[in-house]
Amino acid sequence: MNSQSGEPPTMETATTRRGFMEWFSWALLGLGSVAMAIPILGFFLGPILKPRADEWVDFGPLTDFPQNSTRLVDVLNPLRGANDGMTGKVAAYVRRIEGETFQIFSTHCTHLGCPVSWFKESGLYMCPCHGGVYYEDGGHASGPPPRGLYEFEHRVEKDRLMVKLGHLPTLQDPGSAHVSGKNS
Amino acid sequence: MKQAIGKLLWWFEERLELRTSLWTVMRHPIPRDLRTQVGWLYVFGSTAMTLLVLQIVTGIGLGMVYVPSAGEAYESLEHINYNVELGWMLRAIHNWSANGMVVLVVVHMTQVFLMGAYKYPRELTWMIGVVLFLLTLGMAFTGQVLRWDADSYWGLGVGVAMVGRIPYIGPELVELMLGGPTVGADTLSRFFALHVFVMPGLLFASLTVHLYLVVRKGISEPPKPDDLVDPETYVEKYEEKLKTGDPFFPDVFLRDAAFIGLTLLVIVGMSAILGPDGPGAPPDPTLLAVEPLPDWYFLPAFAVLALSPPSLETGIILIAPVIIVAIMFLFPVFAGKGQRSPRRRPVAVLIVIGCFLSYCVLWQLGVQEPWSPHMTAWSGVPVPTHMIKGRSPKELQGAAILQEKTCRNCHALDGQGGQRGPDLTVVATRLTRDQLIRQVVQGGGNMPAYGKELNRFEVEALVSFLETLKPEGYASAEASVVTDRAD
Repeated sequence: MNSQSGEPPTMETATTRRGFMEWFSWALLGLGSVAMAIPILGFFLGPILKPRADEWVDFGPLTDFPQNSTRLVDVLNPLRGANDGMTGKVAAYVRRIEGETFQIFSTHCTHLGCPVSWFKESGLYMCPCHGGVYYEDGGHASGPPPRGLYEFEHRVEKDRLMVKLGHLPTLQDPGSAHVSGKNS
Repeated sequence: MKQAIGKLLWWFEERLELRTSLWTVMRHPIPRDLRTQVGWLYVFGSTAMTLLVLQIVTGIGLGMVYVPSAGEAYESLEHINYNVELGWMLRAIHNWSANGMVVLVVVHMTQVFLMGAYKYPRELTWMIGVVLFLLTLGMAFTGQVLRWDADSYWGLGVGVAMVGRIPYIGPELVELMLGGPTVGADTLSRFFALHVFVMPGLLFASLTVHLYLVVRKGISEPPKPDDLVDPETYVEKYEEKLKTGDPFFPDVFLRDAAFIGLTLLVIVGMSAILGPDGPGAPPDPTLLAVEPLPDWYFLPAFAVLALSPPSLETGIILIAPVIIVAIMFLFPVFAGKGQRSPRRRPVAVLIVIGCFLSYCVLWQLGVQEPWSPHMTAWSGVPVPTHMIKGRSPKELQGAAILQEKTCRNCHALDGQGGQRGPDLTVVATRLTRDQLIRQVVQGGGNMPAYGKELNRFEVEALVSFLETLKPEGYASAEASVVTDRAD
């Protein structure tokens, strides 16, 4: 081995000290890079590495919801962050059919997520963006939406309406009612 | 004194050697043909670049005052508009210069496309240009998000609904895009990072390559019909032209200077007169009485989403953009030789006309939104008086039901009201009584069924009113079609 020659190491020199140094340098660079990449990548992928499940929220006493009527309820999103401000709020339509039978709808149109407005006069939800219309029971009535309104799971606890929500529902990740198979 | 300054400059020159580097670049020769009026078509690229610099300068200013926090961004925008000295003006310039940049990038691309300047040896310059175009649109969208008002909030909702349709990994991509399960502080911050760090960095890197190529490969000579581009001979011919060329600076640059100056004047004027854009209604998820709209350049996409058939929609959302970008990007690979003059490239001219016509038609539709219910028409637009004059109590009752049951949100009377359904002004000449009843009760043809919402007395009254809706002297529609067919 001659370190002055400047020749690249050949197969014969691979086992020599110089060859080992070369291999070791590359390995060290690789190891360092991987070690550094793991936390950085992990940070960027954080939202999917640590997914947060929907949580139960108190929507108020049953007496707030007259039989056979629909109303809009504003609550704080259980998954909100400390700096979310007003975006940490969330709204849902509560339809009390009768007794303890409810339907809780997301305000997001299933077409492209715009806010649907409830018209009790005609018993319809209308979307201002692309003309999606839904019936009182959330079923698709007209326009481009591929399905009825997203629904959230609910239960009655000590005469209060509890609703499970949090994430922004989309076609492949709809409201909690669809996940549990209830009310869907 | 003069000597001292000269000495100082020489000290720097000895070290920087700008005379042989930057100055030669500034003086690089441009084909003489640009001296004619056609040279005015070569000013758009440099002007778009100037607006990018203007965006950086005004963006830095805004960045000093804007608070990229979901809880405070809206208030900080109001603060910039009303409290910060000239804050409104800086926001206005940033906005109108952004609009100008989108326009100029498109005009520049169109000019390059029509004049065949993307052909050999400038294919890569075009490809990088496509990247710059996409980054410009990306900056436009992320900038719109930072406006953090209702349009921004629900615009993110639309983006989420689109990304959420991607098979298998849709929900994960949504969480990555929002930085969590819902729109909030992490969402705004990551769009801030994209708009302020990531995309400008990519823009500058791409622009550097773009400019390097422009200088290395030279500015294309104005095309002449039947002067074909042949990779074998082009470079030689082009270099021959450069021997009689004019230096870029200051000769050729004068036109750029004039147009850049004019553009800056227009932007300052528009900003002073029209002011900043928004913020609109606050980004409150519980305020649903909003009609979210994208900024004007995305309105055609908004129209496509309303008009595409539901069965093809996911394909159109996810696949069409990829195909369009791929075609734009690879175009010079397939059409990098031959004719350059638009006089000999009718297909290229037709492509441009087709693109602009479709864009304008879709844009117009996006402005009108004939597919959207007019959410306030039922309570805000009265029934024309001539339609209720002299009507019976039952018919008047029907007119009230038409109004009360929000029919006007989709149906116009005398052109007033929604356009989602047909105008009902002369509906009685089109539909018989039985057809009217069936349409109201069962719906169909994109109309919801009202059977559950109306009792039979209400249906009766409503249809009585609808039966009066025909011009005087016209007969009502008759169910004669069926008997005709039976003959």
